[in-house]
Amino acid sequence: MGNLNSGVPNGDLKNKWTNYKDSIDLVNPANKRNIDVIVVGTGLAGGSASATLAELGYNVKTFCYQDSPRRAHSIAAQGGINAAKNYQGDGDSTYRLFYDTVKGGDYRSREANVYRLAEVSTNIIDQCVAQGVPFARDYGGLLDNRSFGGVLVSRTFYAKGQTGQQLLLGAYSAMNRQIARGKIKMYNRHEMLDVVIVDGKARGIIARNLTTGEIERHSAHAVVLASGGYGNVYFLSTNAMGSNVTAAWKAHKKGAYFANPCYTQIHPTCIPRSGEYQSKLTLMSESLRNDGRIWVPKNKKDVESLRNGSLKATDIVEEDRDYYLERRYPAFGNLVPRDVASRAAKERCDAGFGVNQTGEAVFLDFSSAIMRYGKEQALLKGLDENDTSLVKNLGQEIVKSKYGNLFQMYEKIVDENPYETPMMIYPAVHYTMGGIWVDYNLMTSVPGLYAIGEANFSDHGANRLGASALMQGLADGYFVLPYTIGDYLSDDIRTGPISTESKEFEEAESKVKEQLNSLVNNNGKHSVDYYHKKLGKIMWDECGMARTEEGLKKAMEDIKNLRDDFWKNVNVPGGLDEMNKELEKAGRVADFLELGELFAKDALERNESCGGHFREEFATPEGEAKRNDKDYTYVSAWEYKGEPSKAVLHKEELVFDNIEVKERSYK
Amino acid sequence: MNLKLKIWRQKDANDKGSMADYEIQNVSEHMSFLEMLDVLNEELIEKGIEPVAFDHDCREGICGMCSLYINGEAHGPDRRVTTCQLHMRKFKDGDTIYIEPFRANAFPVVKDLVVDRSAFDRIQHAGGYISVNTSGNTQDANAIPIPKDNADLAFDAATCIGCGACVASCKNSSAMLYVSAKVSQFALLPQGQVEAKDRVLNMVNKMDEEGFGNCTNTGACEVQCPKGISLDNISRMNREFLSANITKG
Repeated sequence: MGNLNSGVPNGDLKNKWTNYKDSIDLVNPANKRNIDVIVVGTGLAGGSASATLAELGYNVKTFCYQDSPRRAHSIAAQGGINAAKNYQGDGDSTYRLFYDTVKGGDYRSREANVYRLAEVSTNIIDQCVAQGVPFARDYGGLLDNRSFGGVLVSRTFYAKGQTGQQLLLGAYSAMNRQIARGKIKMYNRHEMLDVVIVDGKARGIIARNLTTGEIERHSAHAVVLASGGYGNVYFLSTNAMGSNVTAAWKAHKKGAYFANPCYTQIHPTCIPRSGEYQSKLTLMSESLRNDGRIWVPKNKKDVESLRNGSLKATDIVEEDRDYYLERRYPAFGNLVPRDVASRAAKERCDAGFGVNQTGEAVFLDFSSAIMRYGKEQALLKGLDENDTSLVKNLGQEIVKSKYGNLFQMYEKIVDENPYETPMMIYPAVHYTMGGIWVDYNLMTSVPGLYAIGEANFSDHGANRLGASALMQGLADGYFVLPYTIGDYLSDDIRTGPISTESKEFEEAESKVKEQLNSLVNNNGKHSVDYYHKKLGKIMWDECGMARTEEGLKKAMEDIKNLRDDFWKNVNVPGGLDEMNKELEKAGRVADFLELGELFAKDALERNESCGGHFREEFATPEGEAKRNDKDYTYVSAWEYKGEPSKAVLHKEELVFDNIEVKERSYK
Repeated sequence: MNLKLKIWRQKDANDKGSMADYEIQNVSEHMSFLEMLDVLNEELIEKGIEPVAFDHDCREGICGMCSLYINGEAHGPDRRVTTCQLHMRKFKDGDTIYIEPFRANAFPVVKDLVVDRSAFDRIQHAGGYISVNTSGNTQDANAIPIPKDNADLAFDAATCIGCGACVASCKNSSAMLYVSAKVSQFALLPQGQVEAKDRVLNMVNKMDEEGFGNCTNTGACEVQCPKGISLDNISRMNREFLSANITKG
């Protein structure tokens, strides 16, 4: 167990990044032409990094498993992106965004990284507008903002409920310009299956062409992982079906430390599950909590009537409703952070107040907002504000203009009209704050191997605030990595092209082929999904919203047994030299089966509750998370030692010089 | 409900391909269409038959990866949804469902229901961007106010997910709706003006080169578009093209 060096520059927090940029080594434009960089993943982080590195003059090779870089799962982000622009004049500032993010992360993130993130946040909005991203605007033609959970200002920029899509298409367009110039070589339908390390430095990857099945070697002077999070370890999550941990996990097995795997975000507002066949869960943006009020009935008899269908939500009068977030957290109300809102929903449902047949749903109700907006519109238009049905219609129009696509999405899935009846929602796995450990330069513990976006661990601590994932992905890709990687690559200007004929590439390739071979030749009795679903159930039951020592120990053992069974009995039809979607899934699930065990081990080691990590043994009498700052103010970075259970812990002590560490209260 | 499925099977790009018959029992109306196919695939694996390959990823209607021509309609019988958002409640017990890949010369079949839509990407390479480098010192985002109506229209055009339903639905396999969505988005914004003429000429030329057909205003694309991209965008692109052609062409 050692102390990790994060390489944070000295000096005043506010000047660290500026001073750092002034003092690093640069690569001159002529030399950049001789340097290759591999980027794995084309979400906001990978897409923006690829474009920017190519603009700078590096030769970029970018990989994605989808058929086009535009399809990476950042595209599904709905609500918005934070930036400390203070366009609303409501008291926002770089420091306040920094403060909110560190507090929201329950004081488990690295100060200097978060401050830098807040600092570059404003550049992101400028950059995106210049690219033609159509953010929402007001009637004066200026940018509009809304508010998200855990903050007291409106700093979230948005494009209806499709902000991630618009930002990703912005990054995609920037990539397209570089693809046209030949500065990015794009490898669609390719999956990275290993990282190649030569003389201690990351020098390339092994990838499988998912169309032909061919195993390919690709070399570069540095490798950037922008491969997203690992929420699909739960089987059911709001991640895309293909989202996986494979790139990150292979890097971990080659020496990159994996940090805080147990920090998982369970998002409070998702559409509840409906049956065994369910393949994924759908998020309803947190922005809905700007206008939606969350409630369950006060009385059990109303709950019973709801479940057997004799009563509708709209039949329950105001006095019989328990707006439990407004009751428990008057200061933040429905806009408490995600971890707090999720646990509160679980608490009510566990107590028997869940409003659907599974008992795992609460209401998200827009009727107050509809009437409020409707009255405002009636006044503006000189109409009768006491005409209820008119006011309701006017209000529905406003709600539609704000959240139309989300309401439509809900209606298509659930077959109920959320303008008329409250939505039913329940928490679901959404985002992973943990990830590959990186230093201030976003470099992993393997020289020349970088991790950006959700794939790294650095900025969100134990809980991420809404609209901050988009901010971090683009900050890393547009404004941080392009600087920091130059400092490293300045030593490589005389290296010349990296050969793929070395024994290191040879070995990595043959190992990849060996694993693929054993999967297709196993001829076992169970499908890949059979194992993935079992793993998901263990994770949800024991490593979900509430964890216990006993449960986590059991999870470690169960996952290990499941993994053994997988390698003995999995059945992967089809061959190696063709498009084989089951084989793709099998490789990913094999890695989830290892990560899951490390996840449980990490959760077991952390004897405190913080953010998304809630241990039942460590709670206040009111049921709030109870941190242990004396013993656990550190990042847990795990080193691979042959088996997940044998991973060795390295600690990075977290120091807070610029913010007072206190109990995180939203009351 | 119990259903009969007729699904296009094709081993690879060189295979001729044919329809195959399957049956599936006890389908819940709450399942999504792709979840129904998941269940079918699990059953096929159990029986030792290779599962049906189809593209999909986000399963919430935004990534544009899923496709499928269902009973003769791109993304199936529901409106304003992608196949992944289509639910089985749109079908009834005993139905026979035909499932084919998106068909167009510019979208060759890769395997079963998977097609190659990389021609769409290549059209974007030809001009689907505004030439601005990342610098950290571009002008302030609020420096140029944009009329809300234009910003909203640009957004509506920009919601295209690049799925290809417009091409699959068009009797000419035209990509005009897809290309016009990007051309419109940038034409409506001040940032896009500088390169507007080159953009529309280059993208339209590339579209023709990739083998997409011409537009004959049948409007099928708009009807089948899961995002409701409007035909107005095609008119706007035609205007832009005409004006660019006169001054630059």
